[in-house]
Amino acid sequence: MKLIKKKKKSAGTYSSSSMSDIVFMLLFFFMVTTTMREEEINVEITLPEATEIAKIERKDLTCYINVGTPTSAFQRNYGTDTRMQLNDKFSSVDDIRDFVAAKREQLSEADRAQLTVAFKIDEQTRMGIVTDVKQELRRCQALRINYLANPPSKK
Amino acid sequence: MAKRSTPELNASSMADIAFLLLTFFLLTTTMDQNMGMPRRLPPLIEDEQEKPPEINKRNILQVRVNSMDLLLVNSKPMEVQLLKDEVKVFLSNPRNDADKPEKEVKNIELLGAVSVGKGVVSLQTDRGTSYKMYMAVQNEIMKAYAELRDEYAQQSRFQSTYAKLTEEQQEAVRGVYPLNISEAEPRDKGKKGR
Repeated sequence: MKLIKKKKKSAGTYSSSSMSDIVFMLLFFFMVTTTMREEEINVEITLPEATEIAKIERKDLTCYINVGTPTSAFQRNYGTDTRMQLNDKFSSVDDIRDFVAAKREQLSEADRAQLTVAFKIDEQTRMGIVTDVKQELRRCQALRINYLANPPSKK
Repeated sequence: MAKRSTPELNASSMADIAFLLLTFFLLTTTMDQNMGMPRRLPPLIEDEQEKPPEINKRNILQVRVNSMDLLLVNSKPMEVQLLKDEVKVFLSNPRNDADKPEKEVKNIELLGAVSVGKGVVSLQTDRGTSYKMYMAVQNEIMKAYAELRDEYAQQSRFQSTYAKLTEEQQEAVRGVYPLNISEAEPRDKGKKGR
């Protein structure tokens, strides 16, 4: 009996130093794959549903135009009418020019032609404002656009 | 013998720190993937340039949506669900009807001489049309194109679905059914949109 007791005691600790290695590995994975939430969206957006859609390949070449009604926190100041949001700010169609120019500035020379403007537009929005935005983009020579949509929910 | 007694570095707190960082990144990560329908806008035509050439009436499929989200295809009211088949028949013109688009024999790489339809889908909306309806119409038209290309890819020498083709082959099939959607300036009849 004495012999068995001794053996049990010697098997007591095990090294937990490799645990930190594993955790660090996970940590690096998430650090690399993370894209920080760039902007808070202050407009209510329900994307329309569509089937013929594809993933956006180059997120770094994409800038977003959000159109929808302001969320309840902003309705007191901005009303309930459809508004456009660029980079955290409520904007008008005239601001698109600067917005696109600023985004172009960030990109390298070779990528500038690839700049894509993605439309995050609420499905209840009227086409009037969408057309105004598109006309302004044509004037800015930003011709690549992308209508964001959700795949249809399976029900 | 004294060296043996040096205390080992306790590494267990390292895991705690790493876990803390890990949780932070886990929470801030956005895994949402944005899906969308890519499109190209036509470049702005300046006044000095010539007007684009008139297109023969038989080559145009007029799709109009009014401010009440009602659809009119070549002056016929229609449900959105039926638009896809209408567009497909229009673009492929299987029986070579006189009121459907004319065809032109083109030389396409990898495929050789192919007859390509000249059909253009013209989409006109009102300023009061809802974006939901607009996307539904766009989606139906895109679906028609996708199905036509898929069917063509299967019966062509590639013998496979469009999605499985190589980049060059897909381009060749796209050449047979080129995306021709023209969007007219919207009207402002129903004064709903601002």
